[in-house]
Amino acid sequence: MAEDLLKIEHLVKKYEDNTILNDISFNVKQGEVIVIVGPSGCGKSTLLRCINALEPIQGGHIYLKDDEVMAGGANLAKLRQRIGMVFQSYELFPHLTVIENITLAPMKVQKRARDEVEKEAEALLKRVGLLEKKNYYPRELSGGQKQRVAIVRALCMHPEILLFDEVTAALDPEMVREVLDVIVDLAAEGKTMMIVTHEMQFAKAIADRVIFIDSGSIVEEGAPEAFFESPKTERAKKFLQTFTFEDVSKRRAAASDSISASE
Amino acid sequence: MQNLGLEVLFKGKNMIRLLGGLWVALKISLISVAISIPLGILLGAMMTWKNPIVKAILRIYLEFIRIMPQMVLLFVFYFETTKAFGWDLSGETASIIVFILWGAAEMSDLVRGAFESIPKHQYESAEALGFTRAQTLTYIIIPQTLRRLLPLSINLITRMIKTTSLVLMIGVVEVLKVAQQIIEANRMTSPNAAFGVYLTIFIMYFLACWPISMLARYLEKKWR
Repeated sequence: MAEDLLKIEHLVKKYEDNTILNDISFNVKQGEVIVIVGPSGCGKSTLLRCINALEPIQGGHIYLKDDEVMAGGANLAKLRQRIGMVFQSYELFPHLTVIENITLAPMKVQKRARDEVEKEAEALLKRVGLLEKKNYYPRELSGGQKQRVAIVRALCMHPEILLFDEVTAALDPEMVREVLDVIVDLAAEGKTMMIVTHEMQFAKAIADRVIFIDSGSIVEEGAPEAFFESPKTERAKKFLQTFTFEDVSKRRAAASDSISASE
Repeated sequence: MQNLGLEVLFKGKNMIRLLGGLWVALKISLISVAISIPLGILLGAMMTWKNPIVKAILRIYLEFIRIMPQMVLLFVFYFETTKAFGWDLSGETASIIVFILWGAAEMSDLVRGAFESIPKHQYESAEALGFTRAQTLTYIIIPQTLRRLLPLSINLITRMIKTTSLVLMIGVVEVLKVAQQIIEANRMTSPNAAFGVYLTIFIMYFLACWPISMLARYLEKKWR
């Protein structure tokens, strides 16, 4: 049994009196791919942001191995190096080229040698098919290309776990695939990841475990086949139905029946 | 072709005098710019502090300087300081003080605006990579702020140069004042001199400000 890399215990997140996340607990094992799904506003993005303390929490604990992640904690910058995060809107640094975006943190934060970091960055860029763009500025890239650079930027820090926050939500459909392929590739390599996404087919294909969150609580949790084929809870069923159009075609069929009946 | 009165420029030392006047105007603006830009950056950085008292004081200073026409500020510093404190400021000194106060106020607001326009996400993505707060500012936020600031501050510098044309109101003999003197002195012999002389001044101001505007445009394009 692989060891637990990330432990979340009774996490509570509030904005003033508004409870966003209520008593969330789960563990992530080394090499596991967790996909978090749920309706928008359910708190799934907030959960990811809590894990690297971009949001302070009001209760509970988060541990990366044996170290507690805490907003304002003394070793927070050190811990964040071990947690990679990719955002929905890429958030590359606009004043730096692609290669500078990737190498800045390893060089300044981890104090690694430029040669070594650049070599690694180039190898990673090559892997995502963007080596020839290394001297471009982010504004010269498409959304899908920017997101792949953002993934490489996170990877180059050698994080123990990667957090993906709706990384394809801002992309045109034809660019979604090129980003998802990179993530699938990383999963095959055995990287530990937590992925928040609305791409249900992708979730089903990549997840080792699916966590369904609604109104700030974990409603259902399980293997992807079980969750997508036969969800146990009403809420999960209802949520998954919003991604299918079966009842739409049924309604249309019913409508045309009633029209032909009245004729 | 009509007589433009250009011949007065070549009479005696008139051209040299005009250039001397231009130098006075440029000297006032250069000294003011050299002091007010760094001072404005400092004040602008202070405006982003959380301290409400510092914020309020700077806000009042900024609004006061902005609301007052520059001409009124010049009069206040030249005449009223003599009345109130018995200071005997020369016109040039009073002008430089006013331009520093005005430039620093405008600059501080540009700095604050540029700094605050950097989206919150830039801080977050830097911190998520493990940058400390100080590293985030040094490598991510300040370089971006400077890029936004440069075209704006260059625009401010050209405005300061042009506004020196007001200092003749407190007796500083700068280029416009010299021009008026030349036109007056040649009223009888060259009644059309005004046109030629003012045309010359137009070209002089243009040559002083145009390279700066070009630089701003170039940087804007480069750092878009």
